[in-house]
Amino acid sequence: MIPAPFDYHAPKTLDEAIGLLQRHGEEAKVLSGGQSLLPLLKLRLGFATQLVDIGRIPGLSYIKEENGFLKIGGATSESALERSDLIRQRYPLLFDTTRVIADPLVRNRATIGGNLAHGDPANDHPAAMLALGADIVVRGSGGERVIPITEFFTGLFQTALAGDVILTEIRIPVPAANSGGAYVKLERKVGDYATAATAAQLALGSKGKIASAGIGLTNAGTVPVKATDAERFLTGKAPDEVAFAEAGRLAAAAASPSADWRGSVEYKREMVRVLTGRALARAAERAGGQ
Amino acid sequence: MAKHAIHITVNGTAHDVEVDSRLLLVHLIRDELRLTGTHIGCDTTHCGACTVLLDGEPVKSCTVLAVQADGRELKTVEGLTANGKLHPVQQGFWDEHGLQCGYCTPGMLMTSYALLQRNSNPTEAEIREAISGNLCRCTGYVNIVKAVQHAAANIG
Repeated sequence: MIPAPFDYHAPKTLDEAIGLLQRHGEEAKVLSGGQSLLPLLKLRLGFATQLVDIGRIPGLSYIKEENGFLKIGGATSESALERSDLIRQRYPLLFDTTRVIADPLVRNRATIGGNLAHGDPANDHPAAMLALGADIVVRGSGGERVIPITEFFTGLFQTALAGDVILTEIRIPVPAANSGGAYVKLERKVGDYATAATAAQLALGSKGKIASAGIGLTNAGTVPVKATDAERFLTGKAPDEVAFAEAGRLAAAAASPSADWRGSVEYKREMVRVLTGRALARAAERAGGQ
Repeated sequence: MAKHAIHITVNGTAHDVEVDSRLLLVHLIRDELRLTGTHIGCDTTHCGACTVLLDGEPVKSCTVLAVQADGRELKTVEGLTANGKLHPVQQGFWDEHGLQCGYCTPGMLMTSYALLQRNSNPTEAEIREAISGNLCRCTGYVNIVKAVQHAAANIG
């Protein structure tokens, strides 16, 4: 399949890229790893007459802890995340997530910024970022802006990225002591979108009670879902099976999946319940609570 | 539609070519450079038949623009054989009968080659994980896994 014609630009700096987005407005799309955008253009489900490739701009790929945040450059590849000792040792939720995105070959090209900017509720990073309370850093002609992840996803394939802005960084608060997270995904085969998946992040406080909980759901609605009722319920509770079972029920109630070849609405909601319980149990285990 | 003059090295040979913005890397490889060992399977980023190494990393060349490969190094299945001798990965597929129809084989070879470059002694689980983006509809993967293990033993 051949995409419809477009012009391709390979800016060497962010300012140059922002200038191109300004000049071409709605005609332009940002190309990062291309693993979502190129299939869309090939299938002609999406159109752009100007592609601005940010892949040749230096300094957009990094993973570091700084000033209380984990900072990930927008153009960091999934395989770089997967191979990062920092991610594997300190951010198990992100490590779990990265390893089930598409397949290893796609992960060599796909970027974390692209996974979020695509605005697909079936993508895996959005739920993880909701659970981790991430901030999205963007740059445009108006300078730098920080968008809380809760305000980032505005509709199906829609995000708060508007006009000439480029997603440059993801910031995740460094987890407190006795924290743990997990991503549990049900997929029919490697490379498929989730039938259902839950991202869970727990911080345990004094006496081993849950000090805070973050829960994100993949493919459970037109936008990535933050299971706030379940999060609120867990706060202050002991991290045990009873609490996790109830949190699973609350998360399932927050899900509004649609029926497709992966299953009926009822089945998917039931899977949200089960997977949320499992993700919470694994998160608690990693937090040292059980 | 814009044309771009690009410079790429394929299996050690430098090429200067002019490409359309929308030309896919797999079409550059097959149609312009006439290296038809790289196959087009699903054309939708699923099957991995079109896998090539871009700066040493296996990627699906149906989902990369040719212009994105400007200045980079490519390795295709034609680049595995050296001095008329099969690479141990190729020999492994031969000896262990790691194929039936052969359509997925170029992609399987490139992914397996890249795995062994990174990890010369992979476990069965690591091999299965590495080739999880390459689909074979004939063999059930058992002989492919054996082929990669055979290659690992012979690369030493």
